Amino acid sequence: MSGRPSAKPAAGAPSSKVKTLTIDDRLVSAREDESILDAARQNGIQIPTLCNLDGLTPVGACRLCMVEVKGSSRLFASCVTMVGEGMEVVTDSERLQKYRKTIVELLFSERNHVCAVCVSNGHCELQNLAQTLGVTHLTVPYLHPKLPVDASHERFVNDHNRCVLCQRCVRVCGEVEGAHTWDLRGRGIDTRVITDLNQPWGSSETCTGCGKCVHVCPTGALTEKGKSIREMAKQSRFLPYLTMMREDRSE
Amino acid sequence: MSIEDLSQISQAERDARDAIGHQINVCVAASCLSLQSDKVKEELEKAVEAKGKKDCCKVRGVGCMGLCAAGPLVAVEKEKVLYQGVTPEDAPAIVDALGGEPVARIQGDLEAPFFARQQKIVLENCGRIDPERIEEYIAADGYLALIDTLTAMTPIGVVQQVTRSGLRGRGGAGYPTGLKWATVNKSQGTRKFVICNGDEGDPGAFMDRAVLESDPHRILEGMALAGYAVGASQGFVYVRAEYPLAIKRLKLAIKQAEKMGLLGASIGGTTFGFNVDIRLGAGAFVCGEETALISSVEGGRGTPRPRPPYPAESGLWGYPTLINNVETLANIPTILRNGPEWFARIGTAKSRGTKVFALAGAITNTGLIEVPMGMPLREIIFDIGGGVPDGKAFKAVQTGGPSGGCIPESGLDMPCDYESLAKLGSIMGSGGMIVMDETSSMVDVAKFFMEFCMDESCGKCVPCRVGTAQMHELLRQISAGEATARELALLEHLCDVVKSTSLCGLGQSAPNPVLSTLHYFRDEYESKIAAGEAAAAGHAPPAGGAA
Ligand SMILES: Cc1cc2nc3c(=O)[nH]c(=O)nc-3n(C[C@H](O)[C@H](O)[C@H](O)COP(=O)(O)O)c2cc1C
Ligand code: SF4
Ligand code: SF4
Ligand code: SF4
Ligand code: FES
Ligand code: FES
Repeated sequence: MSGRPSAKPAAGAPSSKVKTLTIDDRLVSAREDESILDAARQNGIQIPTLCNLDGLTPVGACRLCMVEVKGSSRLFASCVTMVGEGMEVVTDSERLQKYRKTIVELLFSERNHVCAVCVSNGHCELQNLAQTLGVTHLTVPYLHPKLPVDASHERFVNDHNRCVLCQRCVRVCGEVEGAHTWDLRGRGIDTRVITDLNQPWGSSETCTGCGKCVHVCPTGALTEKGKSIREMAKQSRFLPYLTMMREDRSE
Repeated sequence: MSIEDLSQISQAERDARDAIGHQINVCVAASCLSLQSDKVKEELEKAVEAKGKKDCCKVRGVGCMGLCAAGPLVAVEKEKVLYQGVTPEDAPAIVDALGGEPVARIQGDLEAPFFARQQKIVLENCGRIDPERIEEYIAADGYLALIDTLTAMTPIGVVQQVTRSGLRGRGGAGYPTGLKWATVNKSQGTRKFVICNGDEGDPGAFMDRAVLESDPHRILEGMALAGYAVGASQGFVYVRAEYPLAIKRLKLAIKQAEKMGLLGASIGGTTFGFNVDIRLGAGAFVCGEETALISSVEGGRGTPRPRPPYPAESGLWGYPTLINNVETLANIPTILRNGPEWFARIGTAKSRGTKVFALAGAITNTGLIEVPMGMPLREIIFDIGGGVPDGKAFKAVQTGGPSGGCIPESGLDMPCDYESLAKLGSIMGSGGMIVMDETSSMVDVAKFFMEFCMDESCGKCVPCRVGTAQMHELLRQISAGEATARELALLEHLCDVVKSTSLCGLGQSAPNPVLSTLHYFRDEYESKIAAGEAAAAGHAPPAGGAA
């Protein structure tokens, strides 16, 4: 394996080349097409993430999973950085903690997260992140945007006040359900998720009502109707299983 | 099309020009055009007709002559006379003066440092040829390098020439062009693409527009050479839709080149074929970032994606893609024509060649200049640029646009090259140079650029999307004298977070204007903070009297 020149893996087929690296001083091995995040998780090393979800194409948007790689002053988003031979990765440091805390604070400041009255209270990934990272209060001011709630769908609600723009809904709907109902509009701080061409969700002609977006949504932005405070727990575990089964079938 | 065909066209063109007694060039590029230079051209044509000088005198429109501040500009070519601030009413006098004493009232000084100190490669034809006639480009040795190269050099040979020239990307980061070409050349792909990045979104920058408008064939030739070197047969020019004149001239140029067999299948009778298409951008600054640009060309939302993979390996539709800036590609024909050693002798050891700058702000000669790399900033601003007008004192020069920084008086003797500007806490960027006089508040300058970054952030990643909005609000508070030391500390912390964690160059460099003004002009922040602290303590000085 090691001495021979490496051929490029055929497109689609998983690579068989294995790399050895250290993550937090632990020697680990991973396939060359696996991300640092994959390798860390397989070895029980936890890196905070938000936009990433097993089974969806990683986008590197939330920047919470950033890690240090020895020999570079740059930081790397571990969900989109592939492992490399001899890489020395540090997943936790004072600097990383400081940045991660600020990023979570920025997310809280961006929209109106009033957890006490949120249906996802207690089951929310943003809340969990704040707890794990020790964000007890905000040092940045709240931006208090005025945002609508779209309750036009028969079974679901979209509350922009709780959206963290992780794009999981966009990806699951496009990549897994194949409906492409969700998209983004606007830019910068004015970016919003939209259904169809910015029409009410209830009038969407593409939405199949499968509910996948609701269950991958990390916060109380997308929820089922009829849930009261604290009642909206999400089931996103279906995803890796679903994608794995589909891959198997296609081979 | 062979070398002989080219020289025939060139000779015919020169003969025709020699036969004309007087050649009057009117700048019809954007800035002069906005001052009605088209009217001037019309009146000149009428005057020539009326005075019966049609046989010995020709009027034509040319691209930007550089000294836009003094527009509309008119040049009488052979006599080497320049007229500035020309009005349509001046036309008869100009025509009467042909062959005699120039009209002193509107005469400009071609010996002035503005013209004498420049060295032109990229702009060598700008303002000298009619951008709508391919024959004039050919008469200026255009397409010679292409035909010569296709028949006499291997693709790798071309890559080596570019590498030896030391050319670095003019789009901002200064990445070695030869190295990029070599990577794309070596990348495996059933297809490859060349993209010319003409998005040019920096406020106050118009270098690329001038080249596209004034000498479009130079870009096509550069792209075809790039295509040959890396093994691509399709090129795209990405131009912002706000540049309608550039688009019009590019379209015309592509048609002309295709007609002459200088683009399309089997160029110059060789097996190499290359096509160029235009793609329009909607004017989002972030679409100048290469991965966002590629997504935009593919028809997607113009947002950046993480690199690697770099476009050189996986670009347009996943194929290896060479993406270069307009000015970078504009250097290519001349480098191949004159040889890499010739090019490498210009500039400094690590920054070879020339750089085009757009002078703007509190400077007498606003306009477009091209100087050898390494010229001290002082020379650029005071000798060529004519210094700060209205007797005001110089305060700072902002280079690199929203990703760059402000350089104070003390940095003016540094040579203007990639490394020195980085040492000063700024960047070369694409070549915008905005001069500020003593009346500018540096906090407001930082706020201006932060507002730009906030508005232009694509919204994909958290630190840039929310961080720029937070930093802008903090700068607003500081500027208004409403902030305390706590806000300043928070601003500095956010600069660090956004710079270190953002996904693309926009976010990573958005804090630069704040950091550089904090570095050189911290006292201005502090006096605003003092006002804010005083207000917070309840004995506020009258509003406005704070700083
Ligand atoms: C936010 C952002 C905006 C950019 N805008 C431009 C642009 O308008 N024109 C350009 O040539 N490069 C721009 N760039 C740089 C490109 O990504 C790319 O590096 C460049 O086009 C490569 O060409 P070069 O090697 O010839 O410089 C931008 C980069 C960023 C991060
Ligand atoms: S989405 Fe999460 S963080 Fe936001 S209000 Fe609901 S529970 Fe709180
Ligand atoms: S609605 Fe939910 S899943 Fe979609 S972007 Fe917002 S937070 Fe993410
Ligand atoms: S840094 Fe800004 S522009 Fe770049 S991807 Fe992030 S949000 Fe978009
Ligand atoms: S999890 Fe990697 S950037 Fe969001
Ligand atoms: S536009 Fe006429 S000189 Fe620049």
